Amino acid sequence: MQLVSDARIELSSEPDIVRARQLVRKLAQDSRFSLVDQTKLVTAASELARNTVKHGGGGYMEMELLADGDRHGIRLCFVDEGPGIADLDQAMTDGWTSGGGLGLGLSGSKRLSNEFDIQSAPGAGTRVSITRWK
Amino acid sequence: MQKTAEILRSADTTLFDGWVADLQAGGWGDGGRFSETDWRNQAGEFLKLLAAASQDGLPDLDGSGGTALRNNLETLSRTMAMRGATSAQTATFVFSLKKPLFAHLQKAIPGDATRLADEMWAANGLIDRLGLHAVSTFQKSREEIINRQQEEMLELSTPVVKLWDGVLALPMIGTLDSARTQIVMESLLQRIVETGSTIAIIDITGVPTVDTLVAQHLLKTVTAIRLMGADCIISGIRPQIAQTIVHLGIDLTGISTKASLADALTLALKRSGYTVQKQAGATP
Amino acid sequence: MIDRIPILQIGDFLLITIQVDMHDQLALTLQDDLTSRIEKTGARGVLLDISTLDVVDSFIGRMISNISAVASVLSANTVVVGMQPAVAITLVELGLSLPGVQTALNAERGMELLRAAMDKEAAGDAVGQ
Repeated sequence: MQLVSDARIELSSEPDIVRARQLVRKLAQDSRFSLVDQTKLVTAASELARNTVKHGGGGYMEMELLADGDRHGIRLCFVDEGPGIADLDQAMTDGWTSGGGLGLGLSGSKRLSNEFDIQSAPGAGTRVSITRWK
Repeated sequence: MQKTAEILRSADTTLFDGWVADLQAGGWGDGGRFSETDWRNQAGEFLKLLAAASQDGLPDLDGSGGTALRNNLETLSRTMAMRGATSAQTATFVFSLKKPLFAHLQKAIPGDATRLADEMWAANGLIDRLGLHAVSTFQKSREEIINRQQEEMLELSTPVVKLWDGVLALPMIGTLDSARTQIVMESLLQRIVETGSTIAIIDITGVPTVDTLVAQHLLKTVTAIRLMGADCIISGIRPQIAQTIVHLGIDLTGISTKASLADALTLALKRSGYTVQKQAGATP
Repeated sequence: MIDRIPILQIGDFLLITIQVDMHDQLALTLQDDLTSRIEKTGARGVLLDISTLDVVDSFIGRMISNISAVASVLSANTVVVGMQPAVAITLVELGLSLPGVQTALNAERGMELLRAAMDKEAAGDAVGQ
């Protein structure tokens, strides 16, 4: 496991969502992911970054390069200290939304990734991580 | 481990001579993978980099000081992989450096068995790490080569064919696994964009069985094709496969299916606004 | 960063080419701009060119659906053209099928569709008289 950079990528406003997309795209490109895999990762990142900004009250993203024997992958973590999610099962259901969205952010990101993990509770913020293997 | 670093730093020509002589004696360069000049240059270059990296003691392979050394090894390994050498040959190249290095150490540390043992142990560890790095790069390169060959074979075995202006056909043959199906589908979508075709016919006459995963991929492909602005017909669904699809509860509503490629082509032409007429009185 | 996406008028149609990585506000502004442009010009068709968009997430997907729906209410047809294969595959995986949104492979085909729709409507109007 290797953190791509020590810096966390701040996600506090809309331009940060675009920036996050571009950084993830560059990392996936440099790691020679196929175009489709790149697109899936960037799209999932966009969904989660937006969640962090719009519902999490802002937070940050971390990018990690993974190497497991001959497998190579990218893990992205999205962390915020916002209100947290009370009912995770409900939040992960397609179409469910707490406000103004298509409600595909969490479940969609899970479908677009090889691995998905979420930790969230009311008052304890949210931490979502997704992994895409080459 | 000062003595070892010192010896490496000195870039003594006897070290080079000893190494090369051993490689030669072992018939390393035989088989013509490398010309003798080539690998002598390779060895010389490697020793120079080893010397440079030993300025402050044993080289730190993982640090910035070891970068040039690692790169040199990687280039060597990759070349060997491309030329069809074995991983043993790659490893031998590096490990052969041990003998002359140990010989030097023995001469430089006479009479102090403990110190000699320590130095040899450190030197051994260093060469082992270098050798392992070379081998792992070799493996990686081999895999990349094999993967590339597989992709090329895949493209050759599932060609996308133009049946008519704006009509493409993808005859799938053999068992479909998840990975293959995905790759093939991606290339079909690409071809649709490249040729500006509005209809794609996926023919699965040559596919013996279809499982849930493959069926889902087919469905996703059809949806993706429609999203892009083209349409898709699935043809060649044999009775057994039709039964499997129903049995698996896969919903094909909204997706055009035809029993044969010929029927699919007729439908495609009709949708594209063509009619086929037989000329009266014409004899084949 | 640009603050609005240009909308071109070509006869009865409006043409929008998205060439930047849009932030959310830009997408919302586009929707608003387009709505008022359709109203002002009485345009009968909208061509949305996304051939250089290499990411379409649920927000942009919703923008596309909204544009199509709003235009329809204002009596204009919408065709989205040039969706990249990787984007199409990802949208399907994401679960977005963009129902009710017409698509075409490229701008040329898109224009054909828009003209055909317009002609059909004109014929329909003529019959009704």
